Amino acid sequence: MLDAMLLGLGHVLSGEHFLFLCLGVLLGLVIGILPGLGGIAGMSLLLPFLYGMDPISALAMLIGLIAVIPTSDTFTSVLMGIPGSSGSQATVLDGFPLSKKGEAARALTAAFAASLVGGLVGALILTAFILVARPLVLSFGSAELFMLTVLGLSMVGVLAGRSLVKGLAACGLGLAFGTLGGAPATGEFRMTFDLIYLTDGLPLVVVGLALFALPEIVDLMRSGRSISETARLGAGRLQGLIDVIRHRWLVLRCSIMGCLIGALPGLGGTVVDWIMYGHVVQTARDKTQFGKGDIRGVIAPESANNAKEGGGLVPTLLFGVPGSGSMAVFLGGMVLLGIEPGVRMLQYQLDLTYAIIWSLALANVVGAGACILLSRPVAKLTTIPYGYLAPFMLMVILFASYQATRHWGDILALFLLGFVALYLKRFGWPRPAFLIGFVLAPASETYLYQAVQFYGWDWIWRPGVLVIGALTLGSIYLGIRFAPKEVEKTAAAAAENPWPQRIFALLILGFFLVCLWDNLDRSFLGRVFPVTVAGAGALFSLLAVVLLFRAGSGHAIYTDLDRESAVGDRPPERSAEHYLLWFAALVAGTWLIGLLPAVFLFFLAFLRLKAGASWALTLLLAVAAVGFLVFMGGLLTIVYPEGLLEDWIGLDLRP
Amino acid sequence: MTYLRKGLGGVAAVLGLGAALVTGAPTAAQAADLSGRTVEWIIPFAAGGGSDVWARIYAPFMQRHLAGQPNVVVRNVPGGGSTIGANQFQQRARPDGRTILGTSGSTQFPYLLDDQRVQYEYRDWIPILASPTGGVAYISGRFGIEDASQLDQVMETELVYGSQGATSLDLVPLLAFDIMGMNVRAVFGMQGRGEGRVAFERGEVTVDYQTSAAYISRVTPLVEAGEAVPLFSWGALDEDGNLVRDPTFPDLPHFAEAYEMVHGEAPSGPAWDAWKAFFIAGFAAQKMVFLPGGTPDDMVEVWREGLDAVVADPEFVEAAQEELGAYPQVTRAAAERIVEMAINVPDEAKEWVKTWLREKYNVDI
Repeated sequence: MLDAMLLGLGHVLSGEHFLFLCLGVLLGLVIGILPGLGGIAGMSLLLPFLYGMDPISALAMLIGLIAVIPTSDTFTSVLMGIPGSSGSQATVLDGFPLSKKGEAARALTAAFAASLVGGLVGALILTAFILVARPLVLSFGSAELFMLTVLGLSMVGVLAGRSLVKGLAACGLGLAFGTLGGAPATGEFRMTFDLIYLTDGLPLVVVGLALFALPEIVDLMRSGRSISETARLGAGRLQGLIDVIRHRWLVLRCSIMGCLIGALPGLGGTVVDWIMYGHVVQTARDKTQFGKGDIRGVIAPESANNAKEGGGLVPTLLFGVPGSGSMAVFLGGMVLLGIEPGVRMLQYQLDLTYAIIWSLALANVVGAGACILLSRPVAKLTTIPYGYLAPFMLMVILFASYQATRHWGDILALFLLGFVALYLKRFGWPRPAFLIGFVLAPASETYLYQAVQFYGWDWIWRPGVLVIGALTLGSIYLGIRFAPKEVEKTAAAAAENPWPQRIFALLILGFFLVCLWDNLDRSFLGRVFPVTVAGAGALFSLLAVVLLFRAGSGHAIYTDLDRESAVGDRPPERSAEHYLLWFAALVAGTWLIGLLPAVFLFFLAFLRLKAGASWALTLLLAVAAVGFLVFMGGLLTIVYPEGLLEDWIGLDLRP
Repeated sequence: MTYLRKGLGGVAAVLGLGAALVTGAPTAAQAADLSGRTVEWIIPFAAGGGSDVWARIYAPFMQRHLAGQPNVVVRNVPGGGSTIGANQFQQRARPDGRTILGTSGSTQFPYLLDDQRVQYEYRDWIPILASPTGGVAYISGRFGIEDASQLDQVMETELVYGSQGATSLDLVPLLAFDIMGMNVRAVFGMQGRGEGRVAFERGEVTVDYQTSAAYISRVTPLVEAGEAVPLFSWGALDEDGNLVRDPTFPDLPHFAEAYEMVHGEAPSGPAWDAWKAFFIAGFAAQKMVFLPGGTPDDMVEVWREGLDAVVADPEFVEAAQEELGAYPQVTRAAAERIVEMAINVPDEAKEWVKTWLREKYNVDI
């Protein structure tokens, strides 16, 4: 074994290997910064070179690329509130508020430093763990995986914000959206309304962008300021490093957990950030700043995030089952290189296995280092007046969501769900609770059904289930015991005109009823989960409705951020709906004339009318935007949505 | 810089310069040649999966051997169990040799079962390549049987199979177990064959199958460790369409042989006919490549010649051997024949399967 380690180390430290690794990291950085583009786009870029390359160097390039993507997508999560991938969604919660406070450089540096440590710790654990992982990983059956989803869901209490009732209802909403599409047990299509697009459910990237990015962009457009409210960069990189050192035990805990949970096939990646975020909130003494820019809320998910990628190597290398989306691509790349992962690899190619694990660690160091260097200049983006940034942001989320499945449904889903999210935000229905429900719905339904099928109801008494169950109870207890006591006073202003929020709550209740109605006549296995979820959701939203009609005006149930900001210093000139219409115009333009021309026209209109830019600057930015899309499109062979116009006049613009 | 042209072209069109400036449009009667072109290969599955890897093994060799050395780009259009990508190809692909579609058994089955999501018609397309594969069924070592001939010892035992869904490719194994008389309970909701195998390794699942490549690399170690016992392969088709032993697993009986070992006679009847039809559509002709209908003959010939050269390239043969198994990659008339067999499933067989799905798995299509 020592031989294999030395041999593996030899591979990693050879100059050529390192060079290709850095090349991969560089490519990954460029691609990862753009939300929605991940390993898949990178792979299409690398592929022409992979063929005929020495496998170890090719592997180094691939690993470099894949390792840095979960690191570099932190840029948009922190700076713009745009979750670049499922791994960086929890980072948005505190990262973006920090940017608003003008502490973007600090948040980024802390995130990258935490990522770096996480990656290294992950690799260290894996070095030993990979040898004994098989029996351990195999002891996690469907029942244990189901319990992990329950543990994830128990974090809702922490993510609920002001009102637990709304938190539970929002989580139910997420769960209900998560049941859209084919039922895992029977394949029946639920709530698809005969749309083929919905038969696979909504893509996570689209939901994340709609929930977090669109409402933030709209709000920023209304405020007319820069992202950083002080228009300056306050505490900087040094502070970020100090933060990580100060919270070193947190980093260590989250890295270890990230690596271990990430190693479970079939679930790993999706829950770990949320579990770690919930963990840090539960164990913190002072919780008041979470969601408003607590650095720990950035450090916890980010240190888990990169360690998770390391953990994801376990199912990939040991079982040939991808542990995450990027690992699926990595697996494909390995097969193309003629490397067959599986138990045999550990027996006969242990040196290669170690080379892969340590390359991942090395790529993390190089990638996170490069990101730290970039963090200050890139953070300056947050000081630009938002009028100039907004059209770019809208273009980016449109483009990013379309990369999910390259179907028009992606864009429509983004728009419609973004519309809903605008009000979720305004009326205080916590979006993180929605998202965690959405993320966990398919896994919890599938694993519960499978556990019952495999073990009958005896699955409850499996030791692993009992342990995770105890952890879940502990987590709920901690959440209740240390919940913030005081009800915030800002709520008082909100009750001025309660009708908008009452109507919205009624609509949510209505949605649950539709979900119930849609599912009632399905087979038992097809309906039991959505009906339970929608039933619970209907109860909680009904409770919210009752409270909204009956409670006294100071009650925490009332939230209308629109009213509250109106009370503040300067009322926004235009409504949120006004700016959503601008986005609708971009969407409609894309539908009519295709993305590239629509973006060009949108930039002209928005920059002239809204940002008040000079013609010269307007043209410059519009050309820059289209040029950027064209360049990236050519480089990565990305398709952009085509418009009706191209069809009508039979325009053939293909190369 | 393919998109440079496209982008500038698009903006120019909007600015009123019209389609006149469109640089990319081909002049009408060009010699059949793909030089300077980009070929878009639609794969209706996500990146990283079996069909994606299959296409990516082929793509660089197509690039090398097609007349004019075009750039071949794999475009993943996943969704709707591969119906979205296939529908898109049916509706939008232009017949100019620059868009091709790669299908898999998962594209064939919904078509054969008249799934409402299907808006494509195989008969409209021009088949240019077929890639067969096979599969091996295996059982947990804990039952103590050594091969298919001892299957009668476990007929009373309830076996568990982890499935992606009764109308997926799993139709073939589920129907095979049923015909064999085995008592198999299917547990659905598996995402991919890999998950089913991991559940087998965990001991939750007791009977499973893998396609050839996955079986060789990932199940053989389990067989060596005594955790898995191979039962039979699905088999392969000979020139005349008869079921014969799979060339990749010459030592394993094929399904019909195994049936004979257990029951003393060859399988027959509507269930068997249906199984064989769906086996052909799902495995013997698992992956296929099509040009859109109406593609000019000279362009079809460019593709046929190119693919002939690809499958004869020794470097490709070596790569394919490893990843796709020891199956002949079929072009030209042979490909048309195999596609014909795959989609010409007799109505009786279709109806029989639909009834079976409804009665056994409560699936209404």
